[in-house]
Amino acid sequence: MTRSNEPLLRVSDLTMMYGDRVGCRNVSFELRPGEVLGIVGESGSGKSTLLRSISAQQEPTKGTVEYHTRIDGIRDVYQMSEAQRRLLMRTDWAFVHQNARDGLRMNVSAGANIGERLMAVGDRHYGNIRNAAENWLGKVEIATERLDDLPSTFSGGMQQRLQIARNLVTSPRLVFMDEPTGGLDVSVQARLLDLLRGLVHDLNLAVIIVTHDLAVARLLSHRLMVMQRGEVIESGLTDQVLDDPQHAYTQLLVSSILQN
Amino acid sequence: MEQTVNNPAQASSAYNFAYLDEQTKRMIRRALLKAVAIPGYQVPFAGREMPMPYGWGTGGVQVTAAVIGPDDTLKVIDQGADDTTNAVSIRQFFAKTANVATTEKTAKASIIQTRHRIPEKELREDQILVYQVPIPEPLRFLEPRETETRKMHALEEYGLMHVKLYEDISRHGHIATTYAYPVMVNDRYVMDPSPTPKFDNPKMDMMAALQLFGAGREKRIYALPPYTKVKSLDFEDHPFEVQSWKDECGMCGATDSYLDEVILDDKGNRMFVCSDTDYCSERQDAGHRGPQHHDQPLGTSHSNGKAAE
Repeated sequence: MTRSNEPLLRVSDLTMMYGDRVGCRNVSFELRPGEVLGIVGESGSGKSTLLRSISAQQEPTKGTVEYHTRIDGIRDVYQMSEAQRRLLMRTDWAFVHQNARDGLRMNVSAGANIGERLMAVGDRHYGNIRNAAENWLGKVEIATERLDDLPSTFSGGMQQRLQIARNLVTSPRLVFMDEPTGGLDVSVQARLLDLLRGLVHDLNLAVIIVTHDLAVARLLSHRLMVMQRGEVIESGLTDQVLDDPQHAYTQLLVSSILQN
Repeated sequence: MEQTVNNPAQASSAYNFAYLDEQTKRMIRRALLKAVAIPGYQVPFAGREMPMPYGWGTGGVQVTAAVIGPDDTLKVIDQGADDTTNAVSIRQFFAKTANVATTEKTAKASIIQTRHRIPEKELREDQILVYQVPIPEPLRFLEPRETETRKMHALEEYGLMHVKLYEDISRHGHIATTYAYPVMVNDRYVMDPSPTPKFDNPKMDMMAALQLFGAGREKRIYALPPYTKVKSLDFEDHPFEVQSWKDECGMCGATDSYLDEVILDDKGNRMFVCSDTDYCSERQDAGHRGPQHHDQPLGTSHSNGKAAE
């Protein structure tokens, strides 16, 4: 795996306040191409707030989010024009929602779902779009004869895989995932994680994955940030954090997993 | 401020000229000017209640009322025909409230209000075509949020329009949208050409006449100034094409016009006639005859090949 030293994403001193309440506070980190960062913490610890702020969906109260764009180099995403930001979000970025229905168009076929991003960036050749869609359906292990079926006829696991295909078709470099395995049963979860790990490796994706599931974090992420009450209380290499937790809360979190 | 009735001598009825009050007409004209200045852009306007139900052309009627003058000659068509309920009632409405001359001849009209069709006869620079529009927003099929569609128009994000066409091809093998076929106006705005059949889309391109679109329920006005580029959206490998018919018009024998299918009996007999009644009768007056012209009784001797299929 190739990794340049230039960061792909740099978050500095990010704070998100909801009135007097803290969403997240003083978060800073860098992410390099091909790196997978896990954000773990209990419900209400500010994981999702942080993810929304980083992924340009909710402007933070304070702090900056800078991204290394393909054309213009390092840019503050909240200083870009809305047109540029939205273009970035549907080409170089991808967002995998916990609930696949939030990330899919349920009233058009699987093929159209995958093809949408291609058409959004100007692809106007039906045959090529369809081939790309078929190809991606194969990559996420959905039978290609389901290409023209509506996502509502798919199982939950298939919908989640379709959502991933739809997001990755424009070869993004940075993927945000919010509890991608939430709501799936254990065997489907395992298969999805396996698939994700393969895709992340093959496509050299940088990923920020929010999860409350430490097993998911251990499987996928290289580095881990532990959050509590809106603040990052511990961060480091995944194995290091999970095997030798320093902060009392992290210790509690790790010890709460059932050991065999 | 001008507050007088346009032509007191002609306003014999209790109505103001062309029904709407002058302030309302000014408001609509302002919206029209903006619409003409930004071809294809949907301009909101304070649509009024009209003495007819939504869906019967309240938008078109308001636009016509705002642009019509005492010297205008009005033609109203519904599905290309001058003699259908909607066309007749709107024509009578303006004959009564504006006392204007009306006609069924395309060439004689200065304003043509239409529900679906564009007349087959080429329109001129001194004519105005007014469309009655039910749903002005072409993106609504896939994006129901109005806030989002407006943003998409503003930022020229039109990929979604092709998602609809993609769905058509994947389901039917070809682009099955036959009416309200989306167009790109002046290389900028995607526009819904009202429920007009796609057969008429090429006529919109570089048309000499001014085209005005009014959506009453949705309170939107948009426009195509004369000689505006209008391109129907398509795929490179599935190019835009208009409908075609194997048959000719049963009455006038035309092969180049939009044909309506008429079922003649319950034995599969049918005929095709021009939807543009003025075009058809003009051709008949010029001596053109189709296979089912009235000097032959309808549906007895003739049955075309399609019925056997």
